[in-house]
Amino acid sequence: MLTQNLLLTIAFAPLLGAIIAGFFHRFIGRAGAHTATILGVAISFGLSLYVFKLLGDGAPNYNENIYTWFQIGGINASFGFWVDRLTATMMVVVTSVSLMVHIYTIGYMKDDPGYARFFAYISLFTFSMLMLVMSNNLLQLFFGWEAVGLVSYLLIGFWFKRPTAVVANMKAFIVNRVGDFGFLLGIALILMYTGSMDYATIFASAPQQIGAETINVWGTSQWSVATVICILLFIGAMGKSAQVPLHIWLPDSMEGPTPISALIHAATMVTAGIFMVSRMHPLFEMSEMALSIILVIGATTALFMGLIGIVQNDIKRVIAYSTLSQLGYMTVALGASAYAAAIFHLMTHAFFKALLFLGAGAVIMAMHHEQDVRKMGGLRKLLPITFATAWIGTLALIGFPGTSGFFSKDAIIEAVHYSNRAGSGYAYFAVLAGVFVTAFYSFRLLYLTFHGKARFGADSHVENGGHDHANHSHDEHSHDEHSHDEHSQDRHSHDDHSHDEHDAAHHDHGPPHEPGWVVTLPLILLAIPSLLIGYFFAVPMLGENFYGMFPESSGMKVVQEHLSHGPMAFALYGLTTTPFYLALAGFGVATLLYWKADYKKDRERGFLGPVYRLLDNKYYFDEIFKAVFATGSIKLGKALALVGDRGLIDGLLVNGTARLVGRMGASARQMQSGYLYQYAFTMILGLIVMLGFFVFYR
Amino acid sequence: MTISLLLFYLFAGVTISAAVGVVISRNPVHAVLFLVLAFVSTSGLWVLLHAEFLAMVLIVVYVGAVMVLFLFVVMMLDMKTDPLREGFARYLPLGLLVAGIMLFQMLTLLSAKYFGVSFDPMAKTPENYSNTEEIGLLLFTKYAVPFEIASVVLLVGAVAAVVLTLRSREGVKKQDPSAQVLVNKAQRLKLVSMEASVPQSVSAPGAASEAAMDSNQGALK
Amino acid sequence: MITLPHYLALGAILFCLSIAGIFINRKNVIILLMCIELMLLSVNINFVAFSKFLGIVDGQVFVFFILTVAAAEAAIGLAILVVLFRSRRTINVEELDTLRG
Repeated sequence: MLTQNLLLTIAFAPLLGAIIAGFFHRFIGRAGAHTATILGVAISFGLSLYVFKLLGDGAPNYNENIYTWFQIGGINASFGFWVDRLTATMMVVVTSVSLMVHIYTIGYMKDDPGYARFFAYISLFTFSMLMLVMSNNLLQLFFGWEAVGLVSYLLIGFWFKRPTAVVANMKAFIVNRVGDFGFLLGIALILMYTGSMDYATIFASAPQQIGAETINVWGTSQWSVATVICILLFIGAMGKSAQVPLHIWLPDSMEGPTPISALIHAATMVTAGIFMVSRMHPLFEMSEMALSIILVIGATTALFMGLIGIVQNDIKRVIAYSTLSQLGYMTVALGASAYAAAIFHLMTHAFFKALLFLGAGAVIMAMHHEQDVRKMGGLRKLLPITFATAWIGTLALIGFPGTSGFFSKDAIIEAVHYSNRAGSGYAYFAVLAGVFVTAFYSFRLLYLTFHGKARFGADSHVENGGHDHANHSHDEHSHDEHSHDEHSQDRHSHDDHSHDEHDAAHHDHGPPHEPGWVVTLPLILLAIPSLLIGYFFAVPMLGENFYGMFPESSGMKVVQEHLSHGPMAFALYGLTTTPFYLALAGFGVATLLYWKADYKKDRERGFLGPVYRLLDNKYYFDEIFKAVFATGSIKLGKALALVGDRGLIDGLLVNGTARLVGRMGASARQMQSGYLYQYAFTMILGLIVMLGFFVFYR
Repeated sequence: MTISLLLFYLFAGVTISAAVGVVISRNPVHAVLFLVLAFVSTSGLWVLLHAEFLAMVLIVVYVGAVMVLFLFVVMMLDMKTDPLREGFARYLPLGLLVAGIMLFQMLTLLSAKYFGVSFDPMAKTPENYSNTEEIGLLLFTKYAVPFEIASVVLLVGAVAAVVLTLRSREGVKKQDPSAQVLVNKAQRLKLVSMEASVPQSVSAPGAASEAAMDSNQGALK
Repeated sequence: MITLPHYLALGAILFCLSIAGIFINRKNVIILLMCIELMLLSVNINFVAFSKFLGIVDGQVFVFFILTVAAAEAAIGLAILVVLFRSRRTINVEELDTLRG
């Protein structure tokens, strides 16, 4: 039975761990900090598995208000839990990935002075994410939403003494805020039309209150309320899940330490938007237009972000753009009303993307914080476990039949193919092309990092991408900071750094070696679900449309049909579908270009030609935003400050009032001339007026 | 045309002409004298109104005291009067205008449309009507307190006038009575101790006379 | 025969004459003070006339008080004038403007 205490423990155990590690680390030391937090998250994980099992055994869904915060007018704000299979799935995903990341961090952040602070933050994040997924009303969801945004900010700027990290965390927070603005408007509209923020109430009253109404948005055009609400909610999801055009913060969030890139920006926080849309699916189902928009935006993100990944040279950035692309896939699934596929892909992606990130982190640690893949190579013999798990993760990513990624990705592609929604044709093209692109950049990354000849060391003649290491402490900024400068290509700056001093410095640390078991154990533990979870959960999650939670859709029907013969049959079928051939093609091209890995020059520039510049500058999104919004806001601010504040308010209203009083006083002063006869005259005049009053009005 | 009416017009005319004289006089002494004339004729008017006590009081107090005070001040302050007449012609029109407007308003108010002042004649006064007695009856009963206050006002006025114009001049000897009263012996008498004078022999007449003179001077000190 | 309005008219004329006097005599403070006395006189005439024609004596008692106050005021006014003359050596009203705002 799902009880209140059980759920409260799940939610608050990580918070307790965070508080202990955050405030008392001086007393309990580093070991105490990581023990407290890992214990908290482990308890959450264990109990989440238990909840999942309970629900699987037929326990009823839990929807209770635990504490009423306030009741003002008709608005009731309370704190409660809603736990159904969707929630349970998310809980398991969040806590498991969080636990892996916690263990991994013991090794990764070993030498960092902010050790305890990091653990406190990631536990705090776990708590926030759990609050988000377990909430039973929009206000609590928003609380969790904002909290994860806050912790993301804190963690991206974890090394706050670095200017690039500070800029990146501001960017993430601000872009998130833009999305939150739309989200808040959506919540407000929902509140206005249904009078409540409770899921149960909203879903019950939605058809009458929202479905039937129209709202006057612009001038005289009437829009359906459901469309407006859903578009606004999706704007929030765009900010959190990094869809075009609010995607710009995710690549820069790689400034943070790798564990959080794995936890937050791959597995959990960015999926909050996907989760929210799935949770609100009764509303979204009422608006075709909103879903079409979601479809188009998701498809655009899926394809075009993947293209950027081809030209990236920082190991983390490739994976970041891959995340963006996969988020696009999930969004496409949402747009095609294939919510089950979206959630399933969310789950599988969490595992294999976290695996890839943690693996990248292991490589970075081994390479003493070198992140440029052009300086790697030949690591497969030196880091065997990392190598193997990275291969597994990549296979899952490209959707090799049998891996979990295959089931989820193929389900999405099929669902979009057979959906009748406007924009589904474009979406289908985009996701198919995306498969090729994904395979291409994934294998490029693998080859450049692990295969071929070693390009690090004194005898390498590769052009430096530019990184300044005066010291070899935990600098992970390398050339990331330059790749998001609007004006410089990262390969051109710092070319004049002498290679000698860097290579000489590298020699001091010895050749790369596999990190300890605290790092490789999570990799192994994440590789297992990447391979197997698809096989075991495809039927219940996809086949039964997520345990019957989601409504039927044309796309999902086809997927269910394919799964009706069991997962193995689906996998074999997968060997014959278009996506598989495309992936194979991607693999082939990548092998052709990168297998030898005598990586002399920027090979991409050669075969991409003019498109290269466009991709390298990330379609100039940052430049456009800076020129339009940032500069525009500054100009507006300046104008308001000078004209509005100084001129109008200070000059006219404040000082002007004083001056007015002064002038009135000056003119009134003339009445007091000091001349007796003038005073007498005034008195007589007054007397005449009074007499006149009597004469004329009496 | 009774005698009282004639007298009324006589007194009224004199009063008005005297008032005009006050205003346009070149010499301030003439102005004061014209004012005295105005008061005297007004007093006559009041006698016509059977208010003889007040008429007498007017003469005694006002003319006798206040106007004399005016005269004192006018004569004491040696002022140059000619330059003061410059603005006369300039301000005359405005003054007449204002005065005329006010006069018009006041006279209008007398008509029946406004205050309806009755045009009845004076009531006949009883035979042994004593104005003084009538005023006294009211003054010491109903208006007793204002009477006392009026006396206080006069006292304050007297004191204030003295205080305002008091000044101390240098080089003038004056007495300080309170210091005189508080004097004590030490301020008036001073005892000096000196040798007793010893009578000298005749052989030294100069010395003896010196000694005598010394003792005399000592006694004189 | 003499009626009340006769006296009232006389009072009004005297009052207005004194007002005109205030206006005209800008340069001479003494005349100013004398015009004030004239004003008080006109008011006194009104009071006495009303008292007689209405048959009550209160008006005359009031005149009594007005006389008292007028005397006190004249005394103090002249004292001020004397002090003023001592320090300023002039009684020209137009030169007495140190109290201007």
